[in-house]
Amino acid sequence: MWGSMFRWLDPYAKPETLYHLCGRLLPYLMALAVFTLVLGNIWGLAFSPSDYQQGDSYRIIYIHVPSAIWSMGAYSSMAIAAFIGLVWQIRVAQWAVLAIAPIGAIYTVIALFTGAAWGKPMWGTWWVWDARLTSELVLLFLYLGVIALAGAFSEAARGIKVASLLAIVGVVNLPIIHYSVEWWNTLHQGATITKFAKPSIDPSMLWPLLISILGFALLLAALTCLRLRSQILIFEQHRPWVRQWVDSMAASRQKEQN
Amino acid sequence: MAFTSWTEFWAMGGYALFVWLSFGTTYLLLLGLWWYSKRQHNEIQQQIRAKAAREQRVRQHQEKEK
Repeated sequence: MWGSMFRWLDPYAKPETLYHLCGRLLPYLMALAVFTLVLGNIWGLAFSPSDYQQGDSYRIIYIHVPSAIWSMGAYSSMAIAAFIGLVWQIRVAQWAVLAIAPIGAIYTVIALFTGAAWGKPMWGTWWVWDARLTSELVLLFLYLGVIALAGAFSEAARGIKVASLLAIVGVVNLPIIHYSVEWWNTLHQGATITKFAKPSIDPSMLWPLLISILGFALLLAALTCLRLRSQILIFEQHRPWVRQWVDSMAASRQKEQN
Repeated sequence: MAFTSWTEFWAMGGYALFVWLSFGTTYLLLLGLWWYSKRQHNEIQQQIRAKAAREQRVRQHQEKEK
């Protein structure tokens, strides 16, 4: 059953097809990402009203929440890729783990840093060992662990396998991050939009936030495309199609210069 | 518009340091990651080209030796 259900995905598991697909998608994803990020952030920074409690410091929300959400979204994608790579031995899924990990790590750093810069004026401290902050820090260490393990073996395939295993095990941290604000009495505030009830935020603030969240998602997709292409080239460099592609790129570049 | 002047906008109601530090660092990190990934992609292509060229030189040399 599983075989036939996902048969339509088969051509995309072929590195050459995926390489070219990512290449075609990249400019559109990047343009859309830049457009939505600029729109969402400028709207949030200049046009949304001030918060009645937090003044203008709350505007950090327009990068803090999107980066935090997608630091977890990137981790989920990476773990799914790791699972597919381990169970079905799909090589492009294994390489996707390597492509996504650094993006997720940067998103996590952004979430932690902007959180600190928001915490200082609002809580009076850059950092507390609160459950939400600590579990997000653990997420950063998981990403760093995946990156380090992947590069720690002389045989690349072995490194990817061990890193994938860590990525899958680390998934237990995701619900801990999400529910930390409910399970423990944290300094961090509770969920604003990622809950089933009506969002506790005014539409004039919610719209730019949703657009910024979309922007971070598109950027994640664009960066994944770019980085996955690099990984495909690294692992497929001895295949004839790579040689032909690289030569044709060099030829077209020379033509442009002449 | 939530602000009446540019000065007021940059001041961010007294939270300028925290707001601009956050946005500045975020975009610096994102641009850095983009630049690094782009450069990596170009470098890999260059390496593959160099390797192919070297192999071709070796082949030509071997044929001459025969």
